[in-house]
Amino acid sequence: MTQYIDKIKEIANRVLTEGKVEMVIGFRKGSVPMMNQPHLATSAESVDELVWDSNCGLNLANYLTDKKGTIGIIAKGCDSRNIVTHVIENKIKRDQLYIIGVPCTGMIDHHKINAMFDGEVLNVEESGDSITISGNGFSETLSKQELLAENCAVCSHRNPVEYDELAGDLVEEQKDVDQYASVTKVEALSADEKFNYFEDLLSPCIRCYACRNACPLCYCPTCFVDESRPQWVGKSQDPTDVKTFHLLRAYHCAGRCTDCGACERVCPMGIKIREFTKKLNKDCQDLYGWEAGLSLDERPPLDTFKTDDPDEFIK
Amino acid sequence: MTLIKIDQQSWTAGIEKVKSDYRVFGPVKEKNDHEFKLLDQDEMPDLNYQNTRLSPKSIIYPQSQVMFTYSLDENDEDCRIMKEVENVKSPMAIIGVRPCDALAFPIVRRNFDTPEYQDTYWVKAYEASTFIGLACSSACGTCFCTSAGTGPFGEEGLDVLIIADGDDLYAKSITGKGNAFIQAAGWTTEADASVDSKIDEMKTAAEASISASVTTDKLKDKTTLELYDAPFWEEEAFSCINCGTCTYVCPTCWCFDVQDETHGKSGIRMRNWDSCMSPLFTYHASGHNPRDAKYQRVRQRFMHKLKYYVDKYDKGIQCVGCGRCIRLCPVNIDIRKICNKMNSYDAANCVCETPSS
Repeated sequence: MTQYIDKIKEIANRVLTEGKVEMVIGFRKGSVPMMNQPHLATSAESVDELVWDSNCGLNLANYLTDKKGTIGIIAKGCDSRNIVTHVIENKIKRDQLYIIGVPCTGMIDHHKINAMFDGEVLNVEESGDSITISGNGFSETLSKQELLAENCAVCSHRNPVEYDELAGDLVEEQKDVDQYASVTKVEALSADEKFNYFEDLLSPCIRCYACRNACPLCYCPTCFVDESRPQWVGKSQDPTDVKTFHLLRAYHCAGRCTDCGACERVCPMGIKIREFTKKLNKDCQDLYGWEAGLSLDERPPLDTFKTDDPDEFIK
Repeated sequence: MTLIKIDQQSWTAGIEKVKSDYRVFGPVKEKNDHEFKLLDQDEMPDLNYQNTRLSPKSIIYPQSQVMFTYSLDENDEDCRIMKEVENVKSPMAIIGVRPCDALAFPIVRRNFDTPEYQDTYWVKAYEASTFIGLACSSACGTCFCTSAGTGPFGEEGLDVLIIADGDDLYAKSITGKGNAFIQAAGWTTEADASVDSKIDEMKTAAEASISASVTTDKLKDKTTLELYDAPFWEEEAFSCINCGTCTYVCPTCWCFDVQDETHGKSGIRMRNWDSCMSPLFTYHASGHNPRDAKYQRVRQRFMHKLKYYVDKYDKGIQCVGCGRCIRLCPVNIDIRKICNKMNSYDAANCVCETPSS
């Protein structure tokens, strides 16, 4: 995936020079392994800092919310779907954007990779489909496929759905992946088992709200957890309040989530937050045949009414 | 006090023994990382870690802490009177504190324990605690303690420093509290004099393993407003998502928010860690927010740690170089880079670009 970068820089420089955009949002190399930093390029010099590799898992649509001016943005499949969602939800105008589409073969999972080794991972090098991970006294080369973030491993929209220009040839979409295997497992649990499962899942949460703040969908001017009149939810480490935050946030994303995995990627405690959003994605698929962010011309099922909407759940 | 040698057997026996005198906290592997927790009677601290994911600050200063209870029942004679919760702390021993995290306690103490004000919750917990440090043999890639006022064998903030050499441990008592702990553990074997030079070598090697650093020498002499108005804040803040990760994982971040929670006719007044990264932190009742833009919040965090604190106390920076905020920041904001930028900033000769937005 590293081969895209020359083309990305060429496009970014061109659209900036031609005055098509005032800025380009992309990634620059981070100061720790597997961590690239969202970056705003406005000059040839800052365009030169742009990078593209398998550590670009954050969702750049998050940086578009209500932004003024004309913006170039580098978008892999999931970013492009969130850009579509942003346009539909009036958080940005399509004609403000020049979307540089990047066909994606998945991003690697820094939580998983760090957990694989006893020693600290000090260097991660990417070459084609192999990733070499090294630290003090160890070095191992593994195939990227084994190291993919879980959302990337089951992704069926690797190619951008909306773009002005592509930085590389479209890639083959993954077929026959069981998108919802993890959800099916939880669905099979009894109510008590589910409760315990979620309790354990969320027990490390420190309420830093990184999951919410990395999510392009979470743009409410005041989040319900920050409201004080009325105060919907307590602010302490009380497990009920922690669960309330996560469950309600997931419901606010129903029918809008593109499973970009940013919430999980940014969690400092490594909590599998997608366990919640993925279930709602599955429900939207089952009930409405809907996947978020695929078309600028269709509104999400939960903000429209159709006479043939399923209603069997009303009893 | 001379160095005490502790073999594995007497380590286990000593830890078990001190549990009758202290509540003993130590690092335990939970899921993928080590975290400090109160050890059960048969539980041992697991010393096989570089550092814990979260610092031990929450043992002295819990993320959520009840301070008062109250009743809203008119029939209750104490109706609407805030009653302080019992705040008596039995002795605690915190085992396996890394020197960086240890230095954080005296730093935080400057805020919570002054001649004018004492935060009774923090002070009582702190005074009840004995800090048993564990020297670092090798640094993480993000450690910069040697340029942040301590080092892998740093002693400030500790009562005992333990140095691990293979299966053998050496304990150096630093304070009277430390002597009492070693005595309670029943460790009495004095180490050979030859160990001293070996430990010096280990210390030198550990210090050499630290590859990262910050420069802080010019921070004090900078003009506050020039730093405040420096042109780099917007660029540095661009990637920030304003989550609370950096502040919550930081051993020296001390801010809290007070909340009342009422259930029926009774309630509690508690405090919870707060984060200057959140817009809510400075949100006024009027609706005005003096730190409305995220770059202002990012600037506040670094100005507090690297300038306001430096000016107020003249004791160096409010950072111990543990590197947690660097490792765990989801968008790679790196305090080393920002500190160096602040330290080298020259307003007079700056080619000050106007940041875009």
